[in-house]
Amino acid sequence: MVTCLGDMFFPEVGVSVTRLLRRLGVTVDFPLGQTCCGQPLFNSGYHAGATRVAARTVEVFRDAEHVVVPSGSCAYMVRHEYPALLRDTPARAEAERLAGQTYELSQFLVRVLGKTRFKASVSGRVTYHDSCHLLRGLHESEAPRILLKNLEGAELVELPGGDECCGFGGSFSVRLPEVSSQILDKKIRNIEATGAACVVACDSGCLMQMGGGLGRRRSKVRPLHLAELLAGDER
Amino acid sequence: MSETDLSVPFRRRAGSALGDKHLQEALTIATTKFIGLRRDAFDEFPEGERLRDLAREIKEATLQHLDRYVEQLIDSVERLGGHVHYATTPEEARRVVLDIAARTGARMAVKSKSMASEEIHLNEALEAAGVIPIETDLGEYIIQLAHERPSHIIAPAIHKTKGQVADLFAKELKRQVAADPEELTRIARVELRQKFLEADLGITGANFAVADTGTVVLVTNEGNGRMVTSLPRVHVAIMGVEKVVPSMTDLMVFLQILAKSATGQKLSVYTTLVRGPRRPGELEGPDEFHLVLLDNGRIRQIAGPLREALYCLRCGACLNVCPVYRQIGGHAYGYTYPGPIGILLTAMLEGPGSVKDLAHASSLCGACVDACPVRIDIPKMLVELRREIDEARIAPWTERLAYGLMEKVLASPTLYRWSKPLARLLQRPFARDGRIRSVPLAFTEWTRTRDLPALAPQTFHERWPTLK
Repeated sequence: MVTCLGDMFFPEVGVSVTRLLRRLGVTVDFPLGQTCCGQPLFNSGYHAGATRVAARTVEVFRDAEHVVVPSGSCAYMVRHEYPALLRDTPARAEAERLAGQTYELSQFLVRVLGKTRFKASVSGRVTYHDSCHLLRGLHESEAPRILLKNLEGAELVELPGGDECCGFGGSFSVRLPEVSSQILDKKIRNIEATGAACVVACDSGCLMQMGGGLGRRRSKVRPLHLAELLAGDER
Repeated sequence: MSETDLSVPFRRRAGSALGDKHLQEALTIATTKFIGLRRDAFDEFPEGERLRDLAREIKEATLQHLDRYVEQLIDSVERLGGHVHYATTPEEARRVVLDIAARTGARMAVKSKSMASEEIHLNEALEAAGVIPIETDLGEYIIQLAHERPSHIIAPAIHKTKGQVADLFAKELKRQVAADPEELTRIARVELRQKFLEADLGITGANFAVADTGTVVLVTNEGNGRMVTSLPRVHVAIMGVEKVVPSMTDLMVFLQILAKSATGQKLSVYTTLVRGPRRPGELEGPDEFHLVLLDNGRIRQIAGPLREALYCLRCGACLNVCPVYRQIGGHAYGYTYPGPIGILLTAMLEGPGSVKDLAHASSLCGACVDACPVRIDIPKMLVELRREIDEARIAPWTERLAYGLMEKVLASPTLYRWSKPLARLLQRPFARDGRIRSVPLAFTEWTRTRDLPALAPQTFHERWPTLK
């Protein structure tokens, strides 16, 4: 599943995921009917619309053995919100099945495939930002760190306040842009203080926010999705 | 007392807070300190996680039979010679207190920190009735001098730096005062000592009330709570009706996690247990004891969508970790209870219409749930409030149109596919090297401070055929 932001703004992440999974022997399919997980509608309170988008997504992925999403918040949406949203619809059983089969990328690599050692596509210091939904929604802080610590050619430095929100929050970032930007300022100061060449995250939303702020400041730090970093050869 | 001007839109109120250098300094120092203290306290307390679960279960079970526990509490307090009053509205609660003050001829009231008394705007009512209210918690004392309202549930003057407090004291006392916390505290203590002795009425809140023993529990750090409950002739405690706990055993569960969540202390310095008025043979304590139970929209939510907000212990942990609160402080929210839990409590007390902007004052990052001693799922209820706001159709029509359009596009693969060439065409005047630095309409707010990635020359959908 390559959800809306990834599809439109970061297609190279999807390409990296495809290559990575194929190299690990996974048969990768991309059902063309998919669009977005419906989270923007859901989080803003437009639940009738979110339910329709969710029902479609469940239908599109009904034949998938595992669904891998390179975005923590979309994985959270499918795993935790779909079953409740579709509780009173005919799609209920399918929604529960899909919730059980859906994994954020780092979780899939580490917890399903048991693959933890990769070669880095860039060298030097990297730092990691915990995306809120992956960390506190899916309770996952380990899988990405296992992958990053084992990376050949890159060194992980912990980000001070790495578990704090980057200020994205979907519509929050445009409804309260001043507050969102000030939260981001702090995040960027912390990132730059690590001396890392790139900041890694597992969520398109955070990458858009942090990348937007780093770009505006003409910072040398590159925002990178975990998949892009792992796209070196598997050892 | 100065109020936040609610006619100013929330976004502008937040904007002013962001530009206030003193506020920013004070907030960063205080919230960072609280976060560290809380984390250390729970790191050293392995049974903490289990007790948090247990506390949550006790809250759930108590609310299930709240009527029974409230009746039991009333019986217990009356058996001890105290009086219990039930107030459905803030007006009723104020009336109860003013009647007690009038009947006992009270001229001055000393107060221990109480959010419930803030909620019913008691100080203004007392002043109007000729009773002078004196706040005796140091933070409350400071903001009373400044004619402000609390900006944090447990640290009401969190928005002030020590320099600002020194200036405030200097103005009040008309002499030089050093910006030294110990010196400032000493001054307040001297000023307040006489008031404790003079006051006729002692007013407190209550952190808990134990149903089967009639014990009203105050958790404080300065000892002022104990003075307020023992020196004046009359003691009135005001408490949200949901704060009743069944037994002393249950109380112990909460006491073990409350101070750790609030300030990182194992226990607060004072845990005051009040059981009715002074009994024959006792040396201290009031002649009269009154407990005011406040509903004010709470009971309705036992079966409502905000039910979980009734578990709140008022520890303030969710404020300290909230990225929004940490940037804007408490006053910008505009109501008695600030921060993430405050949005829910405001919706509970004032109705969901009052939070149509505040419901969006969260990135839904979930830091509040992790910090909450009873794990209240605040983001879930914020989303629920947003849904209510959508269904009540009070969001601006432009927003509803935009989300309606979004749904159409996201629910149709064809529209989704064709929206991309269209977007590419529209972004052409603005995009340079794959990024957009300025763009009109919806995303102009984004691009003021951040670059926006341009729509990729080929989306993943468009690249997929070449990857097969």
